[in-house]
Amino acid sequence: MFARAAAFVAVIIALAGIEDAAAQTTNRPPDTMAARVEACTPCHGNRGEGTSDVYFPRLAGKPAGYLYNQLLAFRSGRRKYPPMNYLLEFLPDPYLAAMAEYFAGEHPPLPPPAPSDVSKDVLALGEALATSGDASRNIPACVSCHGPGLTGMQPGIPGLLGLRAAYVSAQLGAWRYGTRTAKSPDCMQVVAGHLTEADVTAVSAWLATQAAPANPAPVPKGTYALPFGCGSQPN
Amino acid sequence: MGSKLSFALLALLALTTAAHAQDKTQNNPNDVIARGEYLARAGDCTACHTAPEGRLFAGGRAMPTPFGTLYTSNITPDPTTGIGKWSADDFYKTMHSGRFPDGGLIYPAMPFASYTKVTRADSDAIYAYLRSIPAVDQKNKPHELRFPYDNRQLILGWRTLFFTEGEFKPDPKKSEEWNRGAYLVEGLGHCGMCHSPINALGGTSQSEAFKGGLIPMQNWYAPSLTSDREAGLGDWSIKDITDLLQTGVSMRGVVYGPMAEVVHNSLQYLSDEDTRAMAVYLKSISQPSPPPPARTTLSTTESSLLVSLGKTVYDKHCASCHGAQGEGKPPHWPPLANNQSIEMQSAVNPIRMVLNGGYPPGTKGNPMPYGMPPFAGLLSDNEVAAVVSYIRTAWGNRGAPVSAREANELRSAPLK
Repeated sequence: MFARAAAFVAVIIALAGIEDAAAQTTNRPPDTMAARVEACTPCHGNRGEGTSDVYFPRLAGKPAGYLYNQLLAFRSGRRKYPPMNYLLEFLPDPYLAAMAEYFAGEHPPLPPPAPSDVSKDVLALGEALATSGDASRNIPACVSCHGPGLTGMQPGIPGLLGLRAAYVSAQLGAWRYGTRTAKSPDCMQVVAGHLTEADVTAVSAWLATQAAPANPAPVPKGTYALPFGCGSQPN
Repeated sequence: MGSKLSFALLALLALTTAAHAQDKTQNNPNDVIARGEYLARAGDCTACHTAPEGRLFAGGRAMPTPFGTLYTSNITPDPTTGIGKWSADDFYKTMHSGRFPDGGLIYPAMPFASYTKVTRADSDAIYAYLRSIPAVDQKNKPHELRFPYDNRQLILGWRTLFFTEGEFKPDPKKSEEWNRGAYLVEGLGHCGMCHSPINALGGTSQSEAFKGGLIPMQNWYAPSLTSDREAGLGDWSIKDITDLLQTGVSMRGVVYGPMAEVVHNSLQYLSDEDTRAMAVYLKSISQPSPPPPARTTLSTTESSLLVSLGKTVYDKHCASCHGAQGEGKPPHWPPLANNQSIEMQSAVNPIRMVLNGGYPPGTKGNPMPYGMPPFAGLLSDNEVAAVVSYIRTAWGNRGAPVSAREANELRSAPLK
C-alpha cells in the first residue's frame, strides 16, 4: 500500500517536472535567428525584403560577406547612421556574422521594377554608365564589379537590384562626399569620386527600373576578375 | 617542553613558508599583470581610452560633455605620446589624487573621485598591466572646451565641492563580501558617475550618491540604486542581480544603452565571487521607498484617452513579445509589469526604448541577445506617448502617463 502511494507520488512529481519544463520552454522566445533579428524588421522587412521606406535597403539574398562588413562598419561607426550604430554597438563578431548569414540565406522575391519619373535620356545615360562605364572619365561599368547580371559576387560584392533609386542615390552621394567609406583600397570611393550628380541620378534611376534576373543569387567568388583592387573583396 | 618548542618552531617554519609562497605569487610579474588586466576591466578603462576602430588604450575617443568635447588620452607605454615615462608613483597619484605627474589638474571626466578609493596594490597591478601592452605612438588630441571651461584652474573649485581624496575604508561591522562589493562599486566600478544626479557644475555630491540622474549629453536616465522605486535592488534575488550584471539579461529586466556598454566592456569579465559581492552590496544599499504620488502634467481626460489608445497600440505591436499582461518571456523579452524601469518618475528610458529599440550586450553568458525593434518610424508622437502611458499604468504599475511632447522631444536625443 505504502509502496503504491509512494509510486503515485513519484509519478505526480515527475509529471509536475515535465509540466514545469514545458512551461519553461513555451515561456521562452523561439530559439531562432528570425526571433533574434526582429529588431531589424520594422525597417528592413520580416525577411529582409525591404519596406515601403525607400531609404531602407533590402538585405535578403545579398552576399553574407558584404552584409557582415556593413554590420562591422555600423558597429564601429565607420558607416554612419545613428539608429544602426546604436543597435549594433555591443554585439560580438560571431553574432553579427550569424545575422549576415541569416539575411543572406533569405530569398523573398525581388520587387517588380519601379516605374521611373526621369526622362529617357537620363535612363540612357544610366544604362550606359552601368553597362559600359565611361573610360574618358575613368568611370568603370557597374557590371565590371557587380556582375553581368548585377547580382553581386561572393563574398563581398553586393547585388544592385531590388533597391530603390533613392537609396542607391543616397549611398553614391555618401561615397562621393566621403561620409561612407570602406576598407582600403576603397574602390567605391574612387569610382563615386568620378561621378557627377547627374550621373548619380541617372545610374540610380536605371538600376531601379531593372527586372529581376532568373537567378538573383550572387555569383561564386572568383567568377570574374575585378578591374582593380577592392578592400572589401580581397583576392 | 622540548616537544612544545619544536612544535612551535615547526609551526613558525610552516607560517614563514606559507608567507613566502604568498609573496612569491604576489611578486610573480605575470600574475600581477593578469590581476592588473582584470582590474582594468573592473574599472572599464577601455570604454574611454580606446577609440572605435582604434588601438587598445591609445585614446583619442571624443567625450562630449556639456562644457565641450574632451579627447581621451593615450595610456599605452609609449614614452612620448603615452605614459611610458610614468612611474608607479605617478600612476597612483593620477588615480588617487586626480593630478598628472607634474601636478597638473585632470578633468573630472576621468572618474578619479571614484578611483581615489582604489588601493595602492591594485593601482600598481593596473600600472604593471598597462606597461605590458603594446606601445602606440599616437599624440593626444587637444580638448575642445568652451570658455571659461578651458581654464583648468576651474577644476580646483570642482575639487573643493565634489572631491574627497582617500582609499576605501572597509566597514568592520560588515562582511568581507559586502566590503569587497562596496570597494568595487564605489571604486573601480565608478557606478556613481552615472547613477547620481549630475548638477550644473558637473559634479555629484556625497549625500546624493547613487540616487540616480539623467546622464548629460546622452539623455538616458541612470536610475537610483538606493530607491526601490527605481533601480534599487532590495527585492531582487542575488541571482537576478548577478545575472543582470554578468549576462545583461535577468528574470527582472534587461540592460540597454549606457549600461549595456558597462556590462559589455567590464562587468561580464568579473569573477562570480566579485559579481556576487557587488550584488550583496547593491542589494544592501537600497531603501524601501514609499510609492510616490504619480505626478503628471496631463489632465485626467487626456490621460485616460492616452491610456485607452495605448492599449490598442500595445495589443497590436507589443503584446506578442511582452505578453497581454506585461509578463514578457524573461529573461530575453523582459516583463513590463512590476518592472521598476517602466514605472520610474522619469519616463525617458521607456520612451527611448519604444522609439529606438535596442539590443542588450552580447556577453559570454548571452552571446546572441534578442533585440527590441525601434518604433520611431511606425508610431506617431501621440501613439508613443499612449503606449508608454499604458505600460506605466497597466497591470498594477504605478507610473504616470506621459505627453506626446515628451515623446517628441526624445526623437532628437542623440543615439550615440
